[in-house]
Amino acid sequence: MRSRRWSVTAAGLGLVLVASACGDGGGDDGAGGQVEVFSWWTGGGEEAGLDALIERFEQENEGVEFVNAAVAGGSGTNAQAVLEGRLQSQDPPDSFQGHAGAELQDYIEAGYIQPLDDFFDEQGLHDAYPDQLVEQISYDGSVYSVPVNIHRSNVMWFNPALLEEAGVDGPPETLDEFVEALEAVEAETDAIPVAVGAQWTVDHLLESVLLGSLGADAYNALWEPGANWDTPEMAEALETFETIMAFTQEESAAEDWQEAARRVSDGEAAFNIMGDWAAGYFDELGALPGEDYDWAASPGTDGTYMWLSDSFTLPEGAPNEEQALSWLELVASQEGQDLFNPVKGSIPAREDADPAEYADSPYLESALAEWQAGPQLAGSFWHGVTVGNRWKNDIDTAVGLYLQNGDLDVLNEALHEAAQTE
Amino acid sequence: MTESSATGAAARGGPGHTKRSAPARPRAGRPVRQGRLRRAVTRSRTWLPGLLLVSPSILLIGVFVYGMIGWNTRLALSDKHAPIQDGSFVGLTNFVQLWQEARWPAAVGNAVVFTVVFVGGALFLGWLLGLLLDKGIRGEAVFRTLFLAPMAVSFIATGVVWRWLMNPAPAERATGLNALFVHLNMDFLVNDWWTAPDLGMAAMALPAVWQLAGYIMALFLAGFRGVPEELREAARVDGCSEWGVYWRVVMPQLRPVVLSAVIILGHMSLKVFDLIIAVAGQQIVADVPAVYMWAMVFEVRDPAKGATIASYLLFTVAVFVIPYLVWTVRKERSEGR
Repeated sequence: MRSRRWSVTAAGLGLVLVASACGDGGGDDGAGGQVEVFSWWTGGGEEAGLDALIERFEQENEGVEFVNAAVAGGSGTNAQAVLEGRLQSQDPPDSFQGHAGAELQDYIEAGYIQPLDDFFDEQGLHDAYPDQLVEQISYDGSVYSVPVNIHRSNVMWFNPALLEEAGVDGPPETLDEFVEALEAVEAETDAIPVAVGAQWTVDHLLESVLLGSLGADAYNALWEPGANWDTPEMAEALETFETIMAFTQEESAAEDWQEAARRVSDGEAAFNIMGDWAAGYFDELGALPGEDYDWAASPGTDGTYMWLSDSFTLPEGAPNEEQALSWLELVASQEGQDLFNPVKGSIPAREDADPAEYADSPYLESALAEWQAGPQLAGSFWHGVTVGNRWKNDIDTAVGLYLQNGDLDVLNEALHEAAQTE
Repeated sequence: MTESSATGAAARGGPGHTKRSAPARPRAGRPVRQGRLRRAVTRSRTWLPGLLLVSPSILLIGVFVYGMIGWNTRLALSDKHAPIQDGSFVGLTNFVQLWQEARWPAAVGNAVVFTVVFVGGALFLGWLLGLLLDKGIRGEAVFRTLFLAPMAVSFIATGVVWRWLMNPAPAERATGLNALFVHLNMDFLVNDWWTAPDLGMAAMALPAVWQLAGYIMALFLAGFRGVPEELREAARVDGCSEWGVYWRVVMPQLRPVVLSAVIILGHMSLKVFDLIIAVAGQQIVADVPAVYMWAMVFEVRDPAKGATIASYLLFTVAVFVIPYLVWTVRKERSEGR
């Protein structure tokens, strides 16, 4: 008698455990009137910009509930891990954020996202975006995402007072002038000539040096499959890179980009090469443009815009495709981009933005003017425009190992090899 | 652990049941078979409830631990280098290839340096603190709590604080510990901490030592207290010095404590991830196998390579843990448990 009760209890307990382990597969009601958008915009200007878009979306699409599935974490590393799980288990959001360009390659090859060629035609987006931009985000002739904004990677931030103290006349325009300026700063002042941060900011510096040394065309050709990196030009570019690295601060590995940028506005360092999100950070610090800090294109890259962009996609099997397309329509529109970008601190990817919206920020105003003047475009590799995740990781590893052993030939060889495997 | 003790309990409960339901003597023909059936049923009553009770956990552990280990091994032996590939069996190719690249041997080297300093440092410091407390210090309870407190902090929080303490800035811009050294006119102590190319990982182990030393102290203190006072008295009567009492009488009794401590610290050290991410982020200078694995799985999206690194991690942890399990089982058996 007792043992039977035991068996029943045990069996019951077993069932409960099994049931709780399996869980239920999330009961989507699938009813219309909803759109779920996945991003990593959870703080600061990014979140405020997204909120402005959401508000407008809900006004224009009454009765459609907006589900904001944002996952926190810098530059989306956490979010991408979460997203990967959802995509693999065929539970995609209606639209998700991704860096435009080769970073989406894995999703495209896996068949997770749909081509948006028809959408681009319907909305006339081919005319609204620069041709070179559309070309650089295309994969096998199709576009897969809608760029919302443009950030610039090749910006040189400098401290005007320190430059004056070192006797440097205005921002250096070529890499040779840059090295001379660094030498002058080292000789004449107590400041750090050029500040960098942790390993990834060195990758970031490398892409600006490559662009400045090789020029936009040769730089863009580096990202063709099987490109030759084992050239005298590349060797020269890497030597310049090594020369510049010798002027950085010893403790860089323990700092992130914010600390490196702050050194410029605080007068501790003369130069820093960082993306234009630094402008928003300087605003936060209360630093004054033109006084505490100033900017120019990184040496040798004037007239070229090394860009990166946040974009939205249409996943294969999105539960609410119709609403997702309305969302994409909003983020692709001039109105949507002018709502989002001034708050986020970036410029719109479209060429027809209204400059008045950006007049509050001296940096954004000048950046937008330059973008609308039709510069040469080059994609940032570190921010996922020109290379997929594997290639990017290979370059990062090569740079990290170089920081350890200081062997430039090994770095060149590793970079060449990374270009062959893709 | 839990399921083995549960089966043990069921087995112990067994004999009582069989005795109580001793079967009737079998007769001819059908009844014999019936009797056998009845006996089988009654016998099943002795083991079935126990089995049912533990089967959920056997099932769950089977699927979610051993099943996953099996799946991981299968991946590691395949060439599934992208999530969309099917992957075919390639034997140990992945395991060999890892050693031919530059990053993996460096990561392993870092893990070895970290493990040696962390395990050695925490053992020594824990032992020393335990010894001092055992000698009877005023306010022992206060010190015990103080030394144990770091255990309550997560590796992430420890990492954030020590990242600042171990700032590698040179003397003219020093912060953290370097600033303290400059302030005390001990400039020669100013150093690169974890950013030093070769032995930087030794500095990385300092926060881990700080965090775990108190725990090891508690283990040793319990061990010291477990040694009967009579043994020490006897040694003292025989003219043994106080140091000799500890070294020759007490310490040999503490071998099990040392072994458990080494195993606990060792497997933590091989898996270390959060501390590294909090102090250094993803940088080659502080690369360890767990960080490398994370990058392969979640950034590069290379299942086979990630699984290969995971297999190496599992294997090295097993090298620590399996001897310990064997030793525990043997000891329990010899004690007649």
